[in-house]
Amino acid sequence: MIDFLNSLIVLLNFIIIPGISYGSQLALGALGVTFVYAILRFANFAHGEIMSFGAMITILFTWFFQSQNIGLGILPTALLALPVGIIATIILCIISDKFVFQYYRYQKSVPVVLAMVSIGVMFVINAIIRIIIGTETIKFSDGQKFIMKAKQFKVMTGLNEGLALKSSQVITILITILLLTFTFWFLQKTKTGKSMRAFSDNEDLALLSGINPDRVVFTTWIIVGVLACVAGTLYGLDKSYKPIIYLNLVLPIFASAIVGGIGSPFGAVVGGYVIAFSEIMVTYAYKKFFVYLLPSSIEPTGLVQLLSTDYKFAVSFSILVIVLLIRPSGIFKGRVL
Amino acid sequence: MMKFERYEWLAIAIMISLFIFVGFIQGWSVSLVILNMCIISAIMTMGVNISWGYAGVINFGVMGFLAMGGLAAVLVSYPPITESWQAGGRGLGISFALLVVLVIAVMYINKTVIQKRNRYILNSLIIFFGILIIRHFYLNATHNIEDVNPAIAGFLGGLGLPIIFSWIVGGLFAAGVAFVIGKVALGLRSDYLAIVTLGISEIVVSVLKHEEWLSRGVKNVIGLKRPVPYEIDLQNADWFINLITYLNSSKLNNIIDVSDRQQLLNNLIIDGSGIFVKLSYAILFLIVMLIIFYFANKAQLSPWGRMMRAIRDNETAANAMGKDVVKQHLIIFVIGAAIVGVAGAMLVTLDGLFTPSGYRPLRFTFIIWIMVIVGGSGNNLGAIFGGFVIWFSWIEAAPLTTFIINQLTVGLEPTNALKIHLLDSVPYFRYLFMGLILLLILRYRPKGIIPEKVRHS
Repeated sequence: MIDFLNSLIVLLNFIIIPGISYGSQLALGALGVTFVYAILRFANFAHGEIMSFGAMITILFTWFFQSQNIGLGILPTALLALPVGIIATIILCIISDKFVFQYYRYQKSVPVVLAMVSIGVMFVINAIIRIIIGTETIKFSDGQKFIMKAKQFKVMTGLNEGLALKSSQVITILITILLLTFTFWFLQKTKTGKSMRAFSDNEDLALLSGINPDRVVFTTWIIVGVLACVAGTLYGLDKSYKPIIYLNLVLPIFASAIVGGIGSPFGAVVGGYVIAFSEIMVTYAYKKFFVYLLPSSIEPTGLVQLLSTDYKFAVSFSILVIVLLIRPSGIFKGRVL
Repeated sequence: MMKFERYEWLAIAIMISLFIFVGFIQGWSVSLVILNMCIISAIMTMGVNISWGYAGVINFGVMGFLAMGGLAAVLVSYPPITESWQAGGRGLGISFALLVVLVIAVMYINKTVIQKRNRYILNSLIIFFGILIIRHFYLNATHNIEDVNPAIAGFLGGLGLPIIFSWIVGGLFAAGVAFVIGKVALGLRSDYLAIVTLGISEIVVSVLKHEEWLSRGVKNVIGLKRPVPYEIDLQNADWFINLITYLNSSKLNNIIDVSDRQQLLNNLIIDGSGIFVKLSYAILFLIVMLIIFYFANKAQLSPWGRMMRAIRDNETAANAMGKDVVKQHLIIFVIGAAIVGVAGAMLVTLDGLFTPSGYRPLRFTFIIWIMVIVGGSGNNLGAIFGGFVIWFSWIEAAPLTTFIINQLTVGLEPTNALKIHLLDSVPYFRYLFMGLILLLILRYRPKGIIPEKVRHS
């Protein structure tokens, strides 16, 4: 029985909790990508950089608050700076729409051209971030680092295995729940949300029934800004902030959005968790887990690892390819918000 | 055959004068270094241009195909390491043979078992246990290979042939990978295809990064043999010394003192050897570029090229006319990737080293795409022009930015924090330039600087 509990704790500590928090970050990112795809109908390659930009502004204001000795006690100061970051990200989104994307929308350009344009935007934001904050790794989480340390847990329960709970993980999960609830409530219950769904479903029909497309697009960018900034900040808070990571993060985010069914917000969230869990589960070495479960005579000698952690990245893409082959529209049929 | 319009001659003239200008300002050595990379970039751009410009097939996997070309350069030119082969060759052979058996078994099951559910169950069982068995042999073998003298070897090595062969092999490698990707992904819509190819190229690079027995991974392969002479050999060769003496005879004769003259001659020989090496590279690369350019143009003007344009402009209509769209897409995707692979092998040849961790999508996929868009998709000369201009501005962006920042902050103290910060971040301004160039071209000249010619034939 004790062995069984121990193995359970191993799973919880190394797979489930990290999986949920990484999955939440991916889910928020994928939700942003899906919104742009459903309303503006293109794959936004700049999304990772938008996330990075939001995180950067949050970091700058975190530093400012820290220098003024304003803090939240046990909570990280970044939470206080997050609203400023969100506003800045929304402004960035709207500026890039006004100066860049709007023209092509009015021209009714094909999606590929808009994707190319988003690559241009990606380069520009990328440069701005590097010019302002450089390329170094930045750790900006302060306050209490752990809610529960592995040692405390061991003493508390008397088990061999510890269970560590980082405060950044708990914050990530709580904020994600909050934000997702709000987004889905907004889409289902408010008039603007309904008009967005209508616009995504059938643009011409929506225009005929008097929905103002500019307003829908404006609202979309606001939502995208909020989601991107929060996702970027949470990722930076949980791991650490490094501009180059966000470019690499775009790919798992796209994978999540497509696996879930691009254009479907619920699918994007599910896709985020699917990608996160499969990345972690395929590359985790299960030796410790089996050592507790199996009698010592048939204990595994190797690491019992399906793929080395170097291939973490490749896993999300293999899943993407498999899903596209078997079910091209994703797990939840995409294309409608 | 090919006739250039006046503005096309102008573009060629601009390209040539850029290098002469840099040659006079920054020295011929710098100019030739930029020229070599420009030619390689132009070849990559032509490769992408063939699939995107001719047929509208998007290829965001440039980085992966370049890496395959680089791998070919290593595998062809590096001398074979016998100890590694002895340590793990047999294990690798067994696992490879087992893999073939596995594939055949799966194909056999797909053919014979008709009921869908049984087929899935059987297949997944066979694949699961097959991979378990193969892993056993494979991991043992690779482990043994990586243990052989890890500081300088630790991989299988190559064939020890002249590296110039690898340019063709690189093309074949890239074509092979492209064939698999194309089979899997080409049915997808273009923006899906972009994401999938981008992702698969990441997978290719991560395999090269971590399969050390094959490519030495992040430990890099250095000291690949050159197809051109080494500087040190040139400096000791009589014919080269005579050549330099002959070229600079007037300058040398002006100096009366013998030791001064010898000193000058030595300096000239050292400079000259570097330039000679770069020039030989440039000539080799130029030959490849012109060959590819010739055939690309020929293909574009042929009935096949016309069919490609028809498929690009209206897939449904082309299909209705009896053209096999799927097959043609696959063909052109493979051809484009092969050309990119050639460029990848040339890139490694020029550097003399293979660094898998150096392949990053920003530098090796997106910049190439900017070259294609800026140059003019569907026009080969445009592709070359885009490759030259974008690579040139990518390199020259840093000195230019330094100049601009110094001019703008001329009133500030040299110790001013803002000025120091801006000067420190000079390397990042090139991303800004690239983004702005792309956005401006897409806005005001969406067909590129040298657009595709509309043909009515």
